[in-house]
Amino acid sequence: MLSSSITSLTVVLIVVFLFKEGIGLFNQKPVEPGYVIAINKNNKVKELSSVQLKNIYDQKITHWSEVGGTHDSIVLFQLEDISNYYSDEQIGDNMQNLGSCMSRLVDSLPNIIAFFPDKYLDKKFQGTLLEVDKVTLHDFFAGKEWIPTAKPSAQLGVLPLILGTLWVSLGAILLALPLGLAAAVYMSEIANERVRRIMKPLIELLAGIPSVVYGFFGLVIIVPLIQKTFDLPVGETGLAGSIVLGIMALPTIITISEDAMRNTPRAMKEASLALGASRWQTIYKVIIPYSISGISAGAILGIGRAIGETMAVLMVTGNAAVIPHSILAPVRTIPATIAAELGETSNGGLHYKALFALGCILFLITLFINLTVEFISNRQKHNKH
Amino acid sequence: MYKIESKNVDFYYGPSQALKNINIAIRSNTVTALIGPSGCGKSTYLRLFNRMNDLIDDIKISGQVMIDGEDIYGKGINVDSLRKNVGMVFQKPNPFPKTIFENVAYGLRVNGIKDKKFIEERVETSIKQVVLWDEVKDKLKKSAFELSGGQQQRLCIARALAIQPSVILMDEPTSALDPISTAKVEELIYELKAKYTIVIVTHNMQQAGRVSDRTAFFYLGELVEYDETKKLFTNPKQERTQNYITGRFG
Amino acid sequence: MINEIKITKRKKRNQAIAFWIFRLLSYSIVAILFIILSFIVYKGASVINWGFITKMPEEGMTKGGIYPAIIGTLCLVAGSMVFAFPVGVLAAIYMNEYVKDGIIKKIIKQMTNNLAGIPSIVFGLFGMSLFVNKLHFGDSILAGSLTLGLLALPVVIRTTEEALKAVDNTFRQASLGLGASKWQTTSKVVLPIAFPNIITGLILSIGRVSGETAPILFTVAAYFLPKLPTSIFDQAMALPYHLYVISTSGTNIEESRPIAYGTALVLIIIVLIANLLANGLRKYFGKKVKMN
Ligand SMILES: Nc1ncnc2c1ncn2[C@@H]1O[C@H](COP(=O)(O)OP(=O)(O)OP(=O)(O)O)[C@@H](O)[C@H]1O
Ligand SMILES: [Mg+2]
Repeated sequence: MLSSSITSLTVVLIVVFLFKEGIGLFNQKPVEPGYVIAINKNNKVKELSSVQLKNIYDQKITHWSEVGGTHDSIVLFQLEDISNYYSDEQIGDNMQNLGSCMSRLVDSLPNIIAFFPDKYLDKKFQGTLLEVDKVTLHDFFAGKEWIPTAKPSAQLGVLPLILGTLWVSLGAILLALPLGLAAAVYMSEIANERVRRIMKPLIELLAGIPSVVYGFFGLVIIVPLIQKTFDLPVGETGLAGSIVLGIMALPTIITISEDAMRNTPRAMKEASLALGASRWQTIYKVIIPYSISGISAGAILGIGRAIGETMAVLMVTGNAAVIPHSILAPVRTIPATIAAELGETSNGGLHYKALFALGCILFLITLFINLTVEFISNRQKHNKH
Repeated sequence: MYKIESKNVDFYYGPSQALKNINIAIRSNTVTALIGPSGCGKSTYLRLFNRMNDLIDDIKISGQVMIDGEDIYGKGINVDSLRKNVGMVFQKPNPFPKTIFENVAYGLRVNGIKDKKFIEERVETSIKQVVLWDEVKDKLKKSAFELSGGQQQRLCIARALAIQPSVILMDEPTSALDPISTAKVEELIYELKAKYTIVIVTHNMQQAGRVSDRTAFFYLGELVEYDETKKLFTNPKQERTQNYITGRFG
Repeated sequence: MINEIKITKRKKRNQAIAFWIFRLLSYSIVAILFIILSFIVYKGASVINWGFITKMPEEGMTKGGIYPAIIGTLCLVAGSMVFAFPVGVLAAIYMNEYVKDGIIKKIIKQMTNNLAGIPSIVFGLFGMSLFVNKLHFGDSILAGSLTLGLLALPVVIRTTEEALKAVDNTFRQASLGLGASKWQTTSKVVLPIAFPNIITGLILSIGRVSGETAPILFTVAAYFLPKLPTSIFDQAMALPYHLYVISTSGTNIEESRPIAYGTALVLIIIVLIANLLANGLRKYFGKKVKMN
């Protein structure tokens, strides 16, 4: 009894653990814990978003006016800069005076913005501490940058990752669908039994090759090929990912759509042939329309496989977390991001939680795909009676 | 000249022989019934005439099957054209998952006819021929699955008629229908005789008696008796025929 | 009439072209498979020898063998199967022989399907948060095996279910008719008949598990270990992860290429053997069952 519900239990546990950590992300501030951001007490600005903070420290925003303040230019301050303002003696041997120095510094420079650990925050600190909002759903889903280690404020926009994932998967399915469908048609309607008996296990073998091996093959063959063909600085591109994923999605597409086509009632085929239709006409006018839901189920599951695939993509796409603009540019997918970054995070930290949130997105996408396929195949069964 | 002739036809599914030395000649514009117990080879024989058995792997045919004097298993025969000339109606209604209109138009389209007006006219005549027009004329764009079983079967007959074959094969066309639909189809067969040569497989002896001119009785792959229907049913020459039609076996 | 001949000809030509294209595309898939296989075999064959599979890596993994990775993968496969096989087979037996068709069965089926559809990297995340962190197994063979086991569970359940379904109902009725209990019937009659197919499922899931990388990234896999693992709480190296690191982030990617080819070949061989074995078993037992 327990064992039969083990799968349900596992799914539930996965949901609980994934979402507990993932949702925890939205309870956190994007600024590293233990740090504060301070400005002069006369500064009109009281709040900055995570993106604004980043742009300020990247010097893309250089004047307070751009974030609702005066027309003065912003003076950036990080702890390393302290020696520009105070001598070692003033700070003290054990930094015991650093707190009061900071207080004086922020007070004396009206246009300063300072990022420093809160242990140097003096009790009588003479500046304003900036409120930084917790990570919001909007930041997360609409943010255009994924730089979880950015200082002072992590950039956790998953848009480039989502788009990267879809981009690579879409390319994969565009390559795999015509090939896979052709093979399914060939195996179910054209080839004789002998050829079919040879091809079937070969397709299974294609499904059995581990994804690292696909990734490795992509890395040593496809990537250099693309680099040479298109004369690119690097061959690790979305296209390479699409090709590798396309090959990997083939078995799913072939097996499921072949099954669907084989299930076309014989009476339907015979009726068509009896009217003088050729076998080819019968295939595209009767068999394919009849099994279209099975074929789309195969295609959708193929997309699902592509979306969830990790290692192969990680090895060949170049992993640049930018919104893709060409198939010949590096891209980064959600699974590859998790695989590449989780090892470097601290357990329970912001970055860690952000990666779990990515896992949640992935989980929801695949769940949605599974349910869609279920729905399609139920409807198909329904139609047949 | 005979419309259809089979001379010394043997047929094998793999190693097992399903038809043994069948000789039958059928005249134009007649209805011929094939009767016999289940598994005796009626369907197999019927499907020889439009080469439907070709779809099955590992079959063997010997002898000759002639339609209009031409050996349809001979060299240079185009199977698609043959099937266009020899229409078929199946045991269960099997419309395509398409609209009523498209079901009937299918045979025209696959045979390369593009003229819209022509197709429309032909679809209409065919549906009228099977006396279905009044029932479906307002829902030609609806799925054929929305029709009743009897309507679907008549639609399948219309579909076969639309490409103007000269022979129509029917394999137990009424076995899935209720008595009223059956009567309608039988009436239809009777009327179609004027234009077509019909071969019908049936398990229903009354039906054979009602619709056919000649009847062939098959038993275990052999043709036991082939004669005018009236004679065969009232005065069979063979004892096996006698036993079968009086219901002593089968 | 002439028109008709023309149309027939065109139909024939179109069909010939279409079939030709379809055949070509299908063969190109087979060609892709053979390119991948033969490339790796060609490059890897010269690397593989006794030393390669029995020696430790040397000189920053650019020389030597992959012994610890093979051992690690063996441990993980064994560990995951020790967990997934009994649990999966029991689950399938319960589902197939005991649960009546209905909403419960439907839900369980759906959940099994969902589990099968979850990407392996999500299993990795889950394994890390549950086994490594929550249960404090740390990065260990135990954590990795359990994670892989969960991943293999749907495969085991499905193949076992199919095997059980393939057992003709008359066997069950005959046994029950002789007064055997349900469990006796299942264990003495149904299971022995289904056994070969269940084993086939086991072999296929072994093939699958031994190549999985994403689930072990954060639950067990180590970049390099100078020693073999001594307990289930140790980290381990593993073949797929080894291939990943030496082909993407090793100290000297170019020099470790031969090792990478060799490792890829070893992985391919494992999968090939699993597939051949499964197919062979299927055929062998299929024949035997038919003859009886
Ligand atoms: N595809 C096939 N492969 C092998 N044997 C077949 C095949 N189709 C029919 N047979 C065999 O050929 C013999 C004749 O079958 P056929 O279908 O012609 O019988 P029938 O007279 O039409 O029977 P029914 O009245 O039940 O439709 C039967 O013994 C049957 O088992
Ligand atoms: Mg029959």
